[in-house]
Amino acid sequence: MSTLVAHEVPGGAAWSVLLRSGRELVLTARQNAVNCSVLLFAAGDVDRLNVPDTLKAQMSACVRAPMVLMSDRGAALACVTGSSLDWHDALCGHSLDRHLERFGRSDYAEHRNEWRRSARAGLLSELRKHGRGEADLHACVNFFSKVAVADDDRGSLHFVAGHAAADDWVSLRAEQDLLVVLSTAPHPMDPDCAPGPVSAQIRPADPVAPDDPSMLFRAESARAIEAARAVFA
Amino acid sequence: MTAVVETAVELRDADAALDRVVQAGDGFAGVIPAGGEFRIVDLCGNQAADTLFYDALDLGNRYSATDTIREQGAVYLTTGSQLLSHRGDLLVTISADTGGRHDTVGGACSQESNVIRYGSHTRHQHACRETFLRYGAPFGIGARELGHNVNFFMNVPLTPAGALTFADGLSGPGKYVQVRAERDVLVLISNCPQLNNPCNGWNPTPIRLLGWWQA
Ligand SMILES: [Zn+2]
Repeated sequence: MSTLVAHEVPGGAAWSVLLRSGRELVLTARQNAVNCSVLLFAAGDVDRLNVPDTLKAQMSACVRAPMVLMSDRGAALACVTGSSLDWHDALCGHSLDRHLERFGRSDYAEHRNEWRRSARAGLLSELRKHGRGEADLHACVNFFSKVAVADDDRGSLHFVAGHAAADDWVSLRAEQDLLVVLSTAPHPMDPDCAPGPVSAQIRPADPVAPDDPSMLFRAESARAIEAARAVFA
Repeated sequence: MTAVVETAVELRDADAALDRVVQAGDGFAGVIPAGGEFRIVDLCGNQAADTLFYDALDLGNRYSATDTIREQGAVYLTTGSQLLSHRGDLLVTISADTGGRHDTVGGACSQESNVIRYGSHTRHQHACRETFLRYGAPFGIGARELGHNVNFFMNVPLTPAGALTFADGLSGPGKYVQVRAERDVLVLISNCPQLNNPCNGWNPTPIRLLGWWQA
């Protein structure tokens, strides 16, 4: 299908886009071991991605196709229509400035555009352009990253290195008009600081058919999609 | 200045600066001074105490489940867990826990999420998110300021295969969890009114809040 927008987000950068309902955003890893921390908001509204509701309604500890990404108000924001990976982290949040300290000092004067910045810095920078700010930072989905949960007393976490390879992809279909804010800074638990680029493509999505995988996934997923249709009456 | 209460000192109910029973389905908001010890007692067992923490002097600095989970390298909360804000600041430390395991992945119930999970007949039932908004409003906490909460006494196991389940709580009558405030902290609680899943045994019950600090 025809691409409406194509944009390459360099590693360690941030980007935002208003994604219309019925369109699909395809994110593709352009090299191995990339990470893409993504926040979703209902455009022009306070309603936003709610990771706990998304996980518990679909009985999952991670994000994978064909899950529905649900908002604070129970509406589908987007459906994960497909992915080459079966695990995207949603438990560990985005990186903070302090996570970069172990990689040494970095600034513009020395590193120019290779200046390392955290996902928090990038996400905040994009949020402010849309009149939003720190209160809008919340649990993100770290696409292309996997953090395994051990079956022990603590539920110990283990960052899985090398989970994503170049050309791995994920597609998100907007179920209502969205603000998508993303950062390509490394996952906060990645022991390496090797930010890689992610390409973003926006294209028209196929109409939602009755046998849409997200509609059939769970009754909860279908109800969230129906709730998105009732956002504007 | 608030005196630091030594945890080695026996904390007696009679000495508590705060002693409040929160009825089933009701809420609470109040400040724990730095150094204060704050205990939530599960009076009847398997009650879900949905709890949020804020830096009392800067409500923009709020509890973050993801930062807490990541920095402790583990999903479940228990004694020793340091509960962090989304700026990475330490808000409270769990100083005592007779319950064993507490959830911070599952979030709070809301009227809307009840509809998603249980059906449209639950749309007008009471729910934690509404309690958070009601008790948070006098402090300036609205929908944007609500982060993802702790569920004290709830057991939400994750599996290595990536599944999430709701299991029987590990709590019981009289079990408690206690936190030490590492700065002045606003605590916001919804004593969950959920009737549609077994987390409250289909019968929400009261909790008791006890706090020790110098008034
Ligand atoms: Zn609840």
